[in-house]
Amino acid sequence: MSKDNQILEELTSKDYEHGWSVDMEVDEAPTGLNENIIRWISAKKEEPQWLLDWRLKAFKTWLDMKEPEWANVTYPKIDLQGLKYYSAPKKSNKPKSLDEIDPELLQIYERLGISLNEQKKLQGIAVDAVLDSVSVGTTFKETLSKMGIVFCSFSEAVKEHPELVKKYLGSVVPMTDNYYAALNSAVFSDGSFCYIPAGVRCPMELSTYFRINAANTGQFERTLIVAEEGSYVSYLEGCTAPQRDENQLHAAVVEIYAAKNSEVKYSTVQNWFPGDKNGKGGIYNFVTKRGICAGDFSKISWTQVETGSAVTWKYPSCILKGDNSIGEFYSVAVTNNYQQADTGTKMIHIGKNTKSRIVSKGISAGKSQNSYRGQVQVMKRATNARNFSQCDSLLMGDRCGAHTFPYIDIQNSSAKVEHEATTSKIGEDQLFYCNQRGIATEDAVALIVNGYAKEVLNQLPMEFAVEAQKLLALTLEGSVG
Amino acid sequence: MLKIKNLHASIEGTPILKGINLEVKPGEVHAIMGPNGSGKSTLASVLAGREEYEVTEGEVSFKGKDLLELSPEDRAREGVFLAFQYPVEIPGVSSTNFLRTAVNQVREYRGLEALDAVKFLSIMKEKMKLVEIDQKLLSRSLNEGFSGGEKKRNEIFQMAMLEPTLSILDETDSGLDIDALRIVSNGVNQLKSSENATIVVTHYQRLLDYIVPDFVHVLYNGKIVKSGTKELALELEEKGYDWIKEEADAASV
Repeated sequence: MSKDNQILEELTSKDYEHGWSVDMEVDEAPTGLNENIIRWISAKKEEPQWLLDWRLKAFKTWLDMKEPEWANVTYPKIDLQGLKYYSAPKKSNKPKSLDEIDPELLQIYERLGISLNEQKKLQGIAVDAVLDSVSVGTTFKETLSKMGIVFCSFSEAVKEHPELVKKYLGSVVPMTDNYYAALNSAVFSDGSFCYIPAGVRCPMELSTYFRINAANTGQFERTLIVAEEGSYVSYLEGCTAPQRDENQLHAAVVEIYAAKNSEVKYSTVQNWFPGDKNGKGGIYNFVTKRGICAGDFSKISWTQVETGSAVTWKYPSCILKGDNSIGEFYSVAVTNNYQQADTGTKMIHIGKNTKSRIVSKGISAGKSQNSYRGQVQVMKRATNARNFSQCDSLLMGDRCGAHTFPYIDIQNSSAKVEHEATTSKIGEDQLFYCNQRGIATEDAVALIVNGYAKEVLNQLPMEFAVEAQKLLALTLEGSVG
Repeated sequence: MLKIKNLHASIEGTPILKGINLEVKPGEVHAIMGPNGSGKSTLASVLAGREEYEVTEGEVSFKGKDLLELSPEDRAREGVFLAFQYPVEIPGVSSTNFLRTAVNQVREYRGLEALDAVKFLSIMKEKMKLVEIDQKLLSRSLNEGFSGGEKKRNEIFQMAMLEPTLSILDETDSGLDIDALRIVSNGVNQLKSSENATIVVTHYQRLLDYIVPDFVHVLYNGKIVKSGTKELALELEEKGYDWIKEEADAASV
């Protein structure tokens, strides 16, 4: 084994930094999944009848569906009956303001480096933090509400803005969409809701922080973002989970609705526990994210930095329905040890002059498998549709894999679709060059990887970009062979 | 400063260096010449610590330390600089960012404080003049899309920033037109002092018109077969390497 390989071993076996959990009293649903559990969750959340009916309908749909097996990932079957579908920290019931939030909860977020208090004061970012299944507090609410912006937990939105929730829930990702989306529709516990009224430019980054704390719980959060005509919002999502031996399931649904001339930027930095270096434990991250550019000249931009999870299955997509609408997808997906990621996007061109851009940067190290799966579909009516896709893979060491599965389906001959793909290895030459200038190998790798991912990192808001850079360096420092 | 004794090195089991002896003192410029495949670039790589080469025999001391025991980065931090024959591209990393990382890691090793952005830029501006390099070039990705001349100038610029005690220029003249050659050589000459030393590895005498050596060594078949002053380089230019090969081959029979 060369020296670089040794460094790879050392650094890639670094422990997960957020691997701790706090013992809190929780309010949990009984183990298992059946109609009664769904009624239990809905009752617990004091939901209106229509929502319960919606959940039950989703559950019935789900019962007839099969777990998808087409993704390039392997994992033991998840025992969905062995999970708990609702877990809420007992003390945090219905906080009205930050001051009422349990200090223990706030401490958890502080350990994660996202102190709500601090963020509230310093960063000008509004945070909605979801711990296990309940949203614990939304900062900056007042400031935002003056502008007519709604940014709150999903449960709260159901109570206070039922007409909006009813109108848009399931409008982008229908409950019948796929196995996990149907499951989420049946049992979703909480999430974030965001509504930007017409003509309003949201003055701050809206941010949600997810964390799975309790053992054996699935986290099924639901995010709904609605941008009315001519509005703008930038939305951030960050994720961590404590280190546990057993696998935890995370099956979220994110829906974005963009009206005419509106723009939504959605950024994710995902750092779920990836499992230990022997592949034990870790999060199964099976997420459905989709946005619709419903109005003309609207734009949806997904940026994701994926460093965690044992298995990832995720394709943030855009339906470009409005004429001249734009969809973008920027992704850095890092896999290490025994992680598996099958991620990419779908760009569905329906309107005229629609444009999409895909930049995907995969980084594989250890014994991991990293797949890009992307679909570009140009429908009959989509005259002059344009797509540019770039899929790069970077390999570290000789025991990992990178795969690219592009699907292109064109039904309009005026379409222009470009696809570029490269696969490279961090070269001995690059490392030696850095070493010869006095740069240690692990710093050299961080430098090279960040350079490689720069185009995507540049899309992130400043504070997030810095965090993402550190995360990349932490996950991969020196992982070369 | 540098003492090489009976150095043998091989790559994948094939011996390339077969007993090199060389001493370099501060303030000196040594030229290493020789035909293709004689081991010139290998010598440069072994001194810099490239892993593919295995040192099978001999010793190298640098400022009293066992150079061969040091990692490549520690050799650099101790003051060994290699100007690459083929500088490597690093996409997405600007030369400025790269150099700042390098300079600060070297400074840390030497117990100096890290340079902040302002200080670093002002030093950079000053050194840029040495090789007439443009700031725009330095904000681009390292060596990516650079012309041959730009790459070599960037090497010498990095040398200026890192202030090495021993610089090894590996075929720095290859791929340079006459103007670029002049600029690069000027840079090297201005960096020369009584404290540091330079080893110039080259095929051609041309470079030595600009960077004048105190000693010229001819490498052939993994050994230094002839040493002399700059006149030796001129003689080689005139007569080629064949007479040296013949001499050496005759001696080894």
